[in-house]
Amino acid sequence: MIMAKPKPMDEIINDIKDFAKVLIVGCNGCVTVCEAGGLKEVEALTSALRIHFMHKGKKAQIDGMSITRQCDKEYLHELADKMDSYDAVLSLACGAGIQFMAEMYGKKPVFPGVDTCFIGVTEDQGVWSERCQACGQCVLSSTGGICPIARCSKRMLNGPCGGSEKGKCELSVLLNRDIPCGWHLIYERLKTFKQLDRFAQPAADKDWSTSREGGPREIIREDVRP
Amino acid sequence: MTTSTPSKLQKIIAAGHWAVTSECGPPRDGRPDVVEHKVNLIKDYVDAINVTDNQTAVVRQCSLAACIRIKLMGQEPILQMVTRDRNRIAIQSDILGATSFGISTMLCLTGDHQRFGDHPNAANVFDMDSTRLLSTVKTMRDDGKLLSGFEMREGRPQMFIGAAENPFADPFEIRVLRLAKKVAAGAQFIQTQCIYNMEKFKLWMKMVREMGLHEKVAILAGLTPMKNAGMAKYMKNRVPGMDVPDWIIKRLGSFPKEKQAEEGIKILLEQIEELKQEEGIRGFHIMAIEWEEKVPEIVQRAGLYPRPAVNGG
Repeated sequence: MIMAKPKPMDEIINDIKDFAKVLIVGCNGCVTVCEAGGLKEVEALTSALRIHFMHKGKKAQIDGMSITRQCDKEYLHELADKMDSYDAVLSLACGAGIQFMAEMYGKKPVFPGVDTCFIGVTEDQGVWSERCQACGQCVLSSTGGICPIARCSKRMLNGPCGGSEKGKCELSVLLNRDIPCGWHLIYERLKTFKQLDRFAQPAADKDWSTSREGGPREIIREDVRP
Repeated sequence: MTTSTPSKLQKIIAAGHWAVTSECGPPRDGRPDVVEHKVNLIKDYVDAINVTDNQTAVVRQCSLAACIRIKLMGQEPILQMVTRDRNRIAIQSDILGATSFGISTMLCLTGDHQRFGDHPNAANVFDMDSTRLLSTVKTMRDDGKLLSGFEMREGRPQMFIGAAENPFADPFEIRVLRLAKKVAAGAQFIQTQCIYNMEKFKLWMKMVREMGLHEKVAILAGLTPMKNAGMAKYMKNRVPGMDVPDWIIKRLGSFPKEKQAEEGIKILLEQIEELKQEEGIRGFHIMAIEWEEKVPEIVQRAGLYPRPAVNGG
């Protein structure tokens, strides 16, 4: 799922301070799971902003709600009746949802309430980590189900670099946190499956045109179009 | 090692001599005389000079420009190239530029992550890794083609192709497989990570020989003299992939500060003697980091001076 984290309060206040009526909109999708932009976070942020502006002596109407998804038009349409009552929207959806909101309601200023970070997993309560960079051409079948693009700091395709130590990426020491070496994980997996011969073959150059490098991407599937 | 190039390093190795290389780190400014000065210190004591490519991801004068300067001085540069900062377009372009100046030896690297350097907020490239860089150079040389398939009728790169390998990184078992992969991709010579843990290095060499790789690739043992016990401690604890046994720190520390540098050089000379006995070692890569003035003394005391002359070198 897409992982996001709440933006610092100061940044949010700075964005919306000049508006009298602000609607905070959460999303019940990914950002709810990663506890950054669901109804719970909308309610907390709404209260915090109300208190902040009250202390500042500023008259501001801050309301909050959450919708099923902000990356689908049908759910964004649910906001149509409310929009005229507000000067600005603070969206707690991921970067895609925030933009879709801005596209749908072109005349309304839309601000981000979260920083969208990566496609990842919940490792533990409050701990999320990256697994996929959406390169558009999955290589997991040849790497034991562990992605070298997302999990190697240098996105190497032919094995660990010279900085891998005791299963940790060389960045671990520098950043003072344990980052598993993606290639160490791949090696252990291939060994378990007796597939080390896959490692012996030099990988071909990666076609990055399916990745972000190829420009903004789009999928059109005729088989599911109306 | 089969493809023959104008590279002096290749000729020295092919003639059966111990090869001696050293490195020169370009300055963090645009002065023209720094590289020249460093080269003049070591040129008569080494066969070829590596020029580092923004090592540890710190911005320095570009490796290619410094290599051209060295070539124009009549010396033999080894163009180090990392894939961190260049995509396949820039990589091939720089190789062609190097070729136009007669540069004929390259060391293909992935490069330190930029977060270690002086611009930790920079984007990286990593369009390919070192293994793919090796095969890119090989394709350009042997097939006369760019990765696009474009055929060069003339002006094909004539590179003796090298790679680095770190026998001390983990997982240890994969290191020889990775070397085999680099050899398959085109590596003709290897310059190893600095060797301090001799026991582990010999185990790695044994595995290299068991796979017959020592006959396919010339292995130059990487060595860096320790200036003092503090440097040894720093390298052990802070430099990724570096394996410094405690006895080295203890031995250096048992001498007064002013005598530790000499002891560091003694350790290095002992290592060279030991490595000369190791089947498959074809030379030495002496990385005297910001201590280039010591290279002549090391080479002389190691019995590697004078350097042999080779035709066309």
